[in-house]
Parts: sequence; C-alpha cells; structure tokens
Amino acid sequence: MLFVSIKKQLTHFKLDVEFTLKDEIAVLFGKSGSGKTTILNCIAGLMKPEQGKIYLNKKVLFDNKNNVPIQHREIGYLFQDYALFPHMTVWKNIKYGMSNEEFAKHLMNELKIAQLKDAYPHEISGGEKQRVALARALATEPKLLLLDEPFSALDDSTRAISHDQLLRLHELWKIPVILVTHSREEAEKLGDRILEIVQGEFKKESFH
Amino acid sequence: MTDINMSPLWLSFKTATIATIIVFIVGVFLARIISRHSFPGKSILEAIFLLPLVLPPTVVGFGLLYIFGKNGFLGRILLDWFDVQVVFSWYAVIIAAIVVSFPLMYQSAQAAFKQYDPKIEHAAYTMGASRWKVFWTISFPIAWPGLLAGLVLTFARALGEFGATLMLAGYIPNVTDTIPLAIYFAVESGNMEMAKFWVAIIVTLGFGAILWLNWWNKRNMIRYSKKSD
Repeated sequence: MLFVSIKKQLTHFKLDVEFTLKDEIAVLFGKSGSGKTTILNCIAGLMKPEQGKIYLNKKVLFDNKNNVPIQHREIGYLFQDYALFPHMTVWKNIKYGMSNEEFAKHLMNELKIAQLKDAYPHEISGGEKQRVALARALATEPKLLLLDEPFSALDDSTRAISHDQLLRLHELWKIPVILVTHSREEAEKLGDRILEIVQGEFKKESFH
Repeated sequence: MTDINMSPLWLSFKTATIATIIVFIVGVFLARIISRHSFPGKSILEAIFLLPLVLPPTVVGFGLLYIFGKNGFLGRILLDWFDVQVVFSWYAVIIAAIVVSFPLMYQSAQAAFKQYDPKIEHAAYTMGASRWKVFWTISFPIAWPGLLAGLVLTFARALGEFGATLMLAGYIPNVTDTIPLAIYFAVESGNMEMAKFWVAIIVTLGFGAILWLNWWNKRNMIRYSKKSD
C-alpha cells in the first residue's frame, strides 16, 4: 500500500496531489509539463517535496521529519529513456544492484532477453532496451514500481507486446505500479485507476 | 653536444608527472562536485579556477610569488612552520605547473561529467548503490574518455610550462631547469645546438601525446559515444 501527499511549487504552478494505491496499476495521465514525472521523482527520492507525506507499506519514506535516501526506498524506477548504463553489458546492467544471480537469470528469461546477455545497450533495439530497463528495475525486488513513459519510444506492435508483458508481470508480482503516460489509449488499457492531472492537480479519477 | 646534461628531461618528466597526478585528482573531484550543484558564488569560483588559462604566465608567476614569497601569506607559513622555502626550489616548479595546467583538467572533467544524462546515476541510486559506488562504477567510467583527454593536455601543459616557472623557481641548474627553461637559457647563451636538441625533444613529446590522444579517441571515443545513445 502506497500513500502519497505532495505539495511542491514548480515554475508555473503548484503541485498538490494526494492518493492511496493498493497493489494495482495507477496511471498518471496528463499533458507534458503537468507534473507527472515530478510526482515520480518525489516518490523515488530524487526530488524533495516542500510539504507532504509518503508511506510505502507503513514505512515512512518522507514526512516533515524523515526523508529516506533513494538507496533505501526499495523502489524500482524505469526512466523515460531507460537510462541504461552505456558501458555495461545487459547482464551487468541487470545485476548491478543485486546479488542473486539466479533471480537475474529468471527475470531475463521471463522478459525474453536472455540471449542479449553480452550485448551493450547501443547494440540492442528500443523494445529490447525497454525490457532490459524493466528487468533492471525489478531486479532489486522493489516494493513499488515507477514507470515514466516507458512505451513512448516504441513502435505500435512492440508497444502492444510490452503492454501485455507488463500486465502479466503485474499479475505475478502484485506490487503497486505507477505508470506515467500521455496516451489515453495506453492509460485505459493498462490502468486499474487513471488519475488525470492538469497543472499539478488531479482533475479526474476513473476506475477500470 | 656530446656532454649534454640530461637533468632537464628527468626534471620535466618528474614535475609534469607529479603535477598531473595532483591536478587530475583535485580537478576531477572539484569538477564532479561543482558540475552537479548550484550555490552562490559558483560562477566566481569557476572564473578563479579558469583564470590561469587567460592570464599571461608572467602574471600567474607574479601572483604565485606574491603568495609563496618569503613575505607572502603561504610562503611565510611554510617557512615558519615547516622550514620550507618554496621560491627558487623544485617545489616552485611543481606549483607553477599545477596552477597553469589545472584549468585544462578542470574544464575537460567538467565537460566529461556534463555530457551524459544524470538519470543514469539516478538509476544506479534507485538500485541501492552508494554515492561512492556510483562514482566509481558509473560516473568515472562513462566520463573516462573526457578525463583522459584532460589528463594528456594537463601533462603536455605542465611539461611546457615556462613563464610562471621562471618567475617563481628561477633557473637553477639541476634543481629548476626544466626543458623550456633549458631552451631559453641555451638560446640566451648562444648555444643553439643545445637549444635545438631540447626543442626536438619537447616537440616530439608534445606531438606524440597529441597523436596518441587522437588515435585513442578514434579507437575508443566513437565506441563510447555510440554507447551513450
């Protein structure tokens, strides 16, 4: 269970959101620059809210007294452009934050990237990069998964496959997932809940 | 020509190597911290770091003389507390080399740390890595081509330093006579054969360093930049 309450002044508006999330996929849907990625960054610990509370499974990640460092938040984060380590092979990328090699192999098989083990990020396709980044985000067995427009750079058929893969993985993992997108179609296909954000505030919430 | 004293070669190498090691460590450390942080006075601090690049070496030498001279702020402390006299010593040669070559390393390191997306480091943090681990396993290897370019330029600049060295260290055979100083004083004393010899040595070293850097760039930098796509 994730509880988020964030207040933060951004350049053009004030971000002011509050939501609770069970082991479901919540989609943050809205235009570019509406504050979606800022919410993810605050939850991950990359940015600090001015006010608010963030709890993950009753553990305080942020409040007016605590600000748990990124390293100890147990959150998997898949960045928009994947942010793979360019000088490391796929295997080293995935294994970077973990000690359990068997689990890394299992993840690679699950995401069908085992054959890319020795390839470098510049040698693989966009869809493969996305799967490597997903495997890497899951490798540390996070309690929450943040996905920042992970499908935006993919072609239609690869995107459809990736959508199905995410839904299947979520069935297996059962952790809260927050997905950021500006595609309504994607939001409706993947989200158990859709939180529509406009200028830093939730304007509409729908359930699927 | 048969009885050339080779001490300028040894002294220049020793000085440039020590200066390069110090400049590399300090330059990389400062560039790393300053490139990712904003604070009041950052522009002024960076301007001070880069000042030796635009000032005439004699002005740099004058400034160093002012600081490290017998009545200078640091010069007095070093003399009173440690009985170390900097002016006209080998330490002066190293200090001059450090100060004039530092901006090159700092600029190269700063560019190297800025050329990749900070999200790459953020990703490592979310995977539980400490700052130290992220620096050694992510930031440093990715920035390495740029750092290496800075390293080579720093060494070449330290090797060729003349003006500030002459101001602060003077010309004392076997103590402060680096190759550039040896060339100047050989010409001044009319010993053109000696001057030609040292010119040939320093041109070969400089040319070799640039040639090697270009070769290394072609071989590795392209691979690295592709990897950053």
